[in-house]
Amino acid sequence: MSKDNLLLRAAGIGRRAPDSGGWLLQDISFDICAGERLAIVGPSGSGKSLLLRALALLDAIDAGEIELRAKPAAVSSVPDHRRDVIYLHQRPALFEGTVEWNLQKPFSLKIHRRNRRYDRGRVLELLRAVGRDDSFLRKTNGQLSGGEAQITALIRAIQLEPSILLLDEPTAALDQETAAAAERLVNDWLRQLPHGRAMVLVSHDSSQARRMSDRILRIRNGRLEGNSGE
Amino acid sequence: MSDTYINLSWSQVAWASALVVVNAFISVLIRLGLERRLVLAALRMVVQLILIGAVLKWVFSLRQWYAVVPLMIAMSLIGSLAAVQQTNRRYPGIWLNSIAAVFASSWLMIFVGILLIVRVHPWYSPQYAIPLAGMILGNTLSGISLTLDRFAEELTSHRDQIEAFLALGATRKEAAREPIRKAVTTGMMPTVNFMVLAGIVTLPGTMTGQLLAGVDPISAVKYQIVIMFLLVSGTALGTVGIAIFAYRRLFNSRHQFLYWLISQPDKSRLDGILSP
Repeated sequence: MSKDNLLLRAAGIGRRAPDSGGWLLQDISFDICAGERLAIVGPSGSGKSLLLRALALLDAIDAGEIELRAKPAAVSSVPDHRRDVIYLHQRPALFEGTVEWNLQKPFSLKIHRRNRRYDRGRVLELLRAVGRDDSFLRKTNGQLSGGEAQITALIRAIQLEPSILLLDEPTAALDQETAAAAERLVNDWLRQLPHGRAMVLVSHDSSQARRMSDRILRIRNGRLEGNSGE
Repeated sequence: MSDTYINLSWSQVAWASALVVVNAFISVLIRLGLERRLVLAALRMVVQLILIGAVLKWVFSLRQWYAVVPLMIAMSLIGSLAAVQQTNRRYPGIWLNSIAAVFASSWLMIFVGILLIVRVHPWYSPQYAIPLAGMILGNTLSGISLTLDRFAEELTSHRDQIEAFLALGATRKEAAREPIRKAVTTGMMPTVNFMVLAGIVTLPGTMTGQLLAGVDPISAVKYQIVIMFLLVSGTALGTVGIAIFAYRRLFNSRHQFLYWLISQPDKSRLDGILSP
């Protein structure tokens, strides 16, 4: 990948446990380029999710640097960074209300309301891709299955058109059909703008990691073991 | 004070204390298991009040700022600690936050009451300063306690939503707005309800005390109205203050939610002293 395509760079990232001070992540370096689909795999507790959270600046790091488009993330506004790099938790967190209200909610934030508006047409297009129609928008979060909630959270993120999606075990709790729909949604989103978008997936499912990614990073005890793929 | 005021003798107080025995008897009769706690609480209350009575008698006879102010400081410190003691979740710095919120809100209202509204001369007159401080502190600390408890509860139970909101680009202020709103509302609610019900369901303490002392009812009502406004303002400042302090401690300037700082309380020896 050429340097021009570089979207995100992790350079020697380290994170300590807040209580014990021991290293949870140590000396992690890798690049994410436009068009890339990267998977991070590793055993439970190896630091996969922590790494994604660090990339989204949801947790502080104790060593190293994160750069977005060759600029240190530390100097930019954090909400600006998160507008471009959206992290999606494996447990979809929806707000009380209908699906549509949940999708509109991000546009109430200062960072998005400056230059974006809720686009119902675009949302319906995304919904159709996963076999849902506008009646889905009227469902309340209490009526949604785990899979439907995850689809809603995914669409909520995708409609904001980030450059990078950080997906933390997005299909871990989904049935096969819904998991396939979620994968289709992400792949379609990437295909629409291959030179401007990238995706990082954390998964314990190695077949999903191979299917969904072009490159796989393995992490163990908070350290990268080496790259494979292409 | 009117000449209809009846000064109670210790034997009259002893008669009243016999009522606790009735309560304890009922507890034994219907097996509530409360009798021991009830008697101990009554004993504790009597000892505490006699002790504070002795201190107040000394402070009232001295009528000097160097006796009144330290007493008010001690009351504020104990109030600040009691406010935290009643919470179910804590974070590092909560004690200092509570002290700052109690002092900033209560002392402002105490001085507004003494200097600007009642216009007491001298300002440290214990007859006014100490009861006012006691009432304002009592209300503020319970408001602060409820606010802290609800805020930590909201942050803990809605951690996923808060983090999802931050991940979508929310600032820390946007992410914490709803928990802060709910926490402050909870902290304010008893005082607001008390204000709504004053005179209908209950006769508030100041008014009752003044009526017992033979003060003209309209004069007692005027005092009560002033005190209610001081209480509600002190509680509002205290609850908003503690919510802002806690928010700034639990969300850093990088818009990160420091959820791991919230923990279940480690009951200290102080808790035992301050707990009911």
